[in-house]
Amino acid sequence: MTTNAHTLATQQPKQGFLAWLWTWLTTVDHKKIGILYLCGAGLFFAIGGIEAMLIRIQLSVPNNTFLVGDAYNQVVTMHGTTMIFFVAMPAIFAFLNAVVPLQIGARDVAFPFMNALGFWLFFLGGLILNVSWFLGGAPSGGWTAYAPLSTDYLGSGMDYYILGLQVAGAGTLMGGINFLVTIINMRAPGMTFMRMPLFTWTAFVTSALILFAFPALTVGLFMELFDRVFGANFFNTANGGNGIIWEHIFWIFGHPEVYILALPCFGIISEVIPTFSKKRLFGHTSMVFATVLIGFLAFMVWVHHMFTVGLGPVANSIFAIATMAIAVPTGIKIFNWIFTMWGGQVHFTTANLYAIAFIPTFVLGGVTGVMLAIPAADFQYQDSYFVIAHFHYVIVGGVVLGLFAGLFYWWPKIFGKYLNETLGKIGFWFFLIGFHVTFFPQHFLGLMGMPRRYFTYQAGDWLATGNMISSIGAAGMAIAVVLLVINIVMTQAKGQRATGDAWGMGRTLEWSIPSPAPEYNFGQTPLVQSVDTFWKEKMDGNKKVTPAEPYGDIHMPNGSIIPFLMSLSLTVASFGFIFADETGTGIHKGALFVAILGIGLMLLCMLVHSLKDDHGFHIHKEEVLEMEKKGEGA
Amino acid sequence: MSAVEHGHHNDVSPGHPELTTLEGRNKFVGFWLFLGGETVLFGTLFSTFIALRNHVAGGPSGKDLFSLNLTFLSTIILLTSSLTSVFAILGLKELNVRKMRFWFWITVILGLCFLGLEIKEFTEYLDKGLGYKTSAFSSSFYTLVGTHGGHVLFGVLWISTLMVASYKKGITAITAPKYYIAALYWHFIDVVWVFIFTVVYLLGIVGS
Repeated sequence: MTTNAHTLATQQPKQGFLAWLWTWLTTVDHKKIGILYLCGAGLFFAIGGIEAMLIRIQLSVPNNTFLVGDAYNQVVTMHGTTMIFFVAMPAIFAFLNAVVPLQIGARDVAFPFMNALGFWLFFLGGLILNVSWFLGGAPSGGWTAYAPLSTDYLGSGMDYYILGLQVAGAGTLMGGINFLVTIINMRAPGMTFMRMPLFTWTAFVTSALILFAFPALTVGLFMELFDRVFGANFFNTANGGNGIIWEHIFWIFGHPEVYILALPCFGIISEVIPTFSKKRLFGHTSMVFATVLIGFLAFMVWVHHMFTVGLGPVANSIFAIATMAIAVPTGIKIFNWIFTMWGGQVHFTTANLYAIAFIPTFVLGGVTGVMLAIPAADFQYQDSYFVIAHFHYVIVGGVVLGLFAGLFYWWPKIFGKYLNETLGKIGFWFFLIGFHVTFFPQHFLGLMGMPRRYFTYQAGDWLATGNMISSIGAAGMAIAVVLLVINIVMTQAKGQRATGDAWGMGRTLEWSIPSPAPEYNFGQTPLVQSVDTFWKEKMDGNKKVTPAEPYGDIHMPNGSIIPFLMSLSLTVASFGFIFADETGTGIHKGALFVAILGIGLMLLCMLVHSLKDDHGFHIHKEEVLEMEKKGEGA
Repeated sequence: MSAVEHGHHNDVSPGHPELTTLEGRNKFVGFWLFLGGETVLFGTLFSTFIALRNHVAGGPSGKDLFSLNLTFLSTIILLTSSLTSVFAILGLKELNVRKMRFWFWITVILGLCFLGLEIKEFTEYLDKGLGYKTSAFSSSFYTLVGTHGGHVLFGVLWISTLMVASYKKGITAITAPKYYIAALYWHFIDVVWVFIFTVVYLLGIVGS
């Protein structure tokens, strides 16, 4: 082992673009992977945002001809799919990677190699989906890809949807397992489960949801693929298939997915509000209880997406009550956040503005959620713009506001520089007002009878004013996003450098080490003695958290190109399947061969990885001490 | 804390060689969780099969095709292979690489026999008119049982690779967890087969 291990000093950094690219292609450092996830999410956010603007331009005036028919369907489908799977999911994983190991006092995640693999699968999955624009048209079956519409009646676009999500979904599942094991096995001494910061708790429950939700999607997508490519009959009623099976499978994945996205954002809010209120989180224990309960209930309510399918009043009632029950633990959280601010010294930083704005916005989304949970009422609301308004209040009002709060809060920790606060606050007001102007009128548009997924409406329908207001609001959100991009560029160019405890009032372990964190995270594994352990140490008059071990050599994993190659192999396989599908005219044999080749390459990569022992390297004690000293100076 | 983290040696002692390093413990927990995900995967395939098992669309049904003799033989072979993989793990825990290798090779051979029988079975059904495209029943049947068969094939390849490598690497703190989780995987495949035997074949023959 020692014979093969080499030290940091022997790894001379090379110069030039290729060396730089190689570093990022082969990295297994969770902090770098977090940055990669953030970049990926940012890229797709721009694409999904442009698609949103196209939708709002089309709907801004009656009888518009800007984007009609199939083109509109493609844009709507891609907007939904991109925002859920390729923006919100990777943004969550960006924060999980950047923060969770630091919060639990770990040097790494459990499976660094698999972590890199998860990122590349997500990223290449997103590319598979998006190249569809240039290769015969994007998917147009809606982000839910209901069968048999998606399997029998739509063109090759649906193949990109199926395989893009399949590849990205595999990556997500790996990420979920990785963080579960990291949190179970790698907490610092003294970090009991009840001392875990709330963000780590939500990461834990979210990872468990991923573990049990994504395999169902995997199976569903395979069924659609087999129906399309191999002529299977899962959803083909002529040969005994049943499209309702897809709805069940999609939503037993899809409903927990909402909580997979929302829970970490609840976690972010639960970090930001106590920090900027200079108080410990009110009701930490009940917050943990509420998180677990929401995680459990997430799996019990999928049928509320299917009230109008005709499963009968008994099924509908059971799922209606289960759905409404989610309001209880969510309410616990809302009150705990408010009570945390109560009597605290509230600092209105940009991060905290987003966190505070999150509370009423998300409550509005929750209230319309309870309205939709009543089956009799849902028969009226379903497939109307009311539903659009509801889930944007939840997903934007809950998830995106939470993500922005986290972005401003942890940016100094991740990059070592502060985002500009003034620009951040201007952006915040543009985003918040723009958001409400966009989506609040949509409740009324829905109640007035405007259906979702339709590309136009008539002048005399009384829908024109609301739609125009909505489109103007969307422009406000777009301005906010542009301001954020400017802010990021400015920060990179000449941002103010951040200290370890960047906000001066950090409570959790990630603030006890330099910003950005050194490669090995903690020079000495910390000894955790309470909730908000860093805050307690500061109150006890200590500058540093009490260490649990003396300084020593630190073992690190080597970088590897194999995760990238594995993802590339699956991309090759995906394109094989995409071009093998000639729905109605049989299979294209040559393309199928390419698909098999891709899978073969994947297995080969697995074999190489399995047989090649990777011993990693050591950062020697002297180097650690030197770097720690430098970190204190910064 | 452990051998691999401090990088001093690869020695392992009998008992739980798969748990001597943090990497090993991570693999152990991670693999159990992965099997949780696999359970959902198979659960979804089973639910679909149960929903579609009587939708034969004029094609042959399970009752027309399934033979209890053949399935019984497959079951015995696979259950025995689970037992032999237990013997292999006993060898691992005693740090007896020869014993472990012997029983894992037997496991691989039994897995191959099982696959042979499955290929024979599928070929017979094809001859009797049950193609993949015939009916919703056929699609869900071949997908469920075929996914299990694919898992068996993957297990055979995986264990074989590990065994080939074991001639060079023996039992160390790095290899022990790999052997251990391969055996876990093999048990999981067997458990899934027990459900397939019950839900697909027994209910297909006796149930209606």
